[in-house]
Amino acid sequence: METNRDDFIIAIRSAFLKKGTKQRFSLIVLLFFSITILVLGKYNFKAIDFLRTGLNEFVYRATFIISAPENFIKNTYKLTVSHINLYNDHKKLKKDFKALQAENFNNNFIISENKMLKSKIEDIVDSSSEILAKVLVDKQSPFLKSVIVNRGSKDGVKLGMAVLDEKFLIGKIVEVNFRTSRVLLLSDLNSKVPVSVEPNSIQSILTGTGEKFGKLQYTQLDNIILNNGDQIYSSGSGGIFKSGIPIGKINFIDDSNESYVLFHSDFTQLRLVKIVLYENLN
Amino acid sequence: MALSKLPISRKILSLGPIMLLYISVLNEFDFNYLNFKYFSFNFPYILIFYWSLKGEGRLSYVLVFIAGLINDVVIGLPIGISSMTYLIICVFAVYLRNITLRPSLIKDWFFFLFTILVTSSLFYTIIVIFFNVRVSYNDLLFNVLFTFLFYYLFSYIFGYYLNLLRRTND
Repeated sequence: METNRDDFIIAIRSAFLKKGTKQRFSLIVLLFFSITILVLGKYNFKAIDFLRTGLNEFVYRATFIISAPENFIKNTYKLTVSHINLYNDHKKLKKDFKALQAENFNNNFIISENKMLKSKIEDIVDSSSEILAKVLVDKQSPFLKSVIVNRGSKDGVKLGMAVLDEKFLIGKIVEVNFRTSRVLLLSDLNSKVPVSVEPNSIQSILTGTGEKFGKLQYTQLDNIILNNGDQIYSSGSGGIFKSGIPIGKINFIDDSNESYVLFHSDFTQLRLVKIVLYENLN
Repeated sequence: MALSKLPISRKILSLGPIMLLYISVLNEFDFNYLNFKYFSFNFPYILIFYWSLKGEGRLSYVLVFIAGLINDVVIGLPIGISSMTYLIICVFAVYLRNITLRPSLIKDWFFFLFTILVTSSLFYTIIVIFFNVRVSYNDLLFNVLFTFLFYYLFSYIFGYYLNLLRRTND
């Protein structure tokens, strides 16, 4: 029994402390380094910020280059799938186009009326800056959903700026480097955005689920009635995003009255995005 | 002279595992575009465990540490967390190497499961409790499961590569 315990201690000690002929440091030294970096990073130590910024600039570019072969395979796969679905897509698009044409006549009138009303209540009415950015890295880990874009503080990107794919809100800037930035997608578990559910203007918070869907919070009360197909827009609460940016629609409501939102934008297909800062221009 | 016996080929071959580790942390093979729900596996865990266990010191711990830092930057995790988990995997692998007299793939395989369960639990605890980052527990669990299953397959591939390396050094 005593011998077994001794063997265990010797094996453990050897694993931690023994360097080996081809190693420069023992495992315990490197473990100590990584824990120190982790703790200092937690308390926003300056040197760790510099280390992260330095690594970011180099690593994002390297990732973009190294991902090229996989991206080629990915794009070829998507292209093939889209060719297979071409006929059905065409039929659906034709139908949608007719419906949209009819809606467009009403929209022009509503937009001008809306502008006039917004100017009366001094809401955020326009964007002061819009930056077009290319998605460098979209390695969405199973745990965190984010993308890296090729615009940083050098181009005027700031923390918290809204990120759009065409006209649809997809996330916000959570990390800014000199030439690159990280966008936290709406699908991430850590994302929370104040939204308005139309047509009844119900206020809610949209949180990510880590999947293709988002989830509405605080809408399980009996007096709140939501339906499949209800549209989700940013509500403008908090003043970060302007109100009325389309996000998605309610796709299904489960037995416990939880509403799941399907985003208008496909986050796996992001190529070019717009980074926008909304300011009150009144 | 066979091509694999040339000094340059030997050097490239011996750098293979570490190059693969760096490519995998920079590239993050994810297969997201196939839209398989819950499917993901952690290739660096497999590679680091196997080569720490069988690689006879070929996998430099310093380079593993740096690969961890790069992985954190690419994924957007708190810096240092992947380095720590990678090094803990090295510790487990070296411990197993020290206590093993007669190697067996099945024993290695189940010890690997124990190792990744410990490291993933530690990863989850630190990231959720200390950094307030929300992580899907299901995703992590499936990630551990698939990583465990894939170890068996990759151990054959790496075993073949290791034999090739040994032959070129003879």
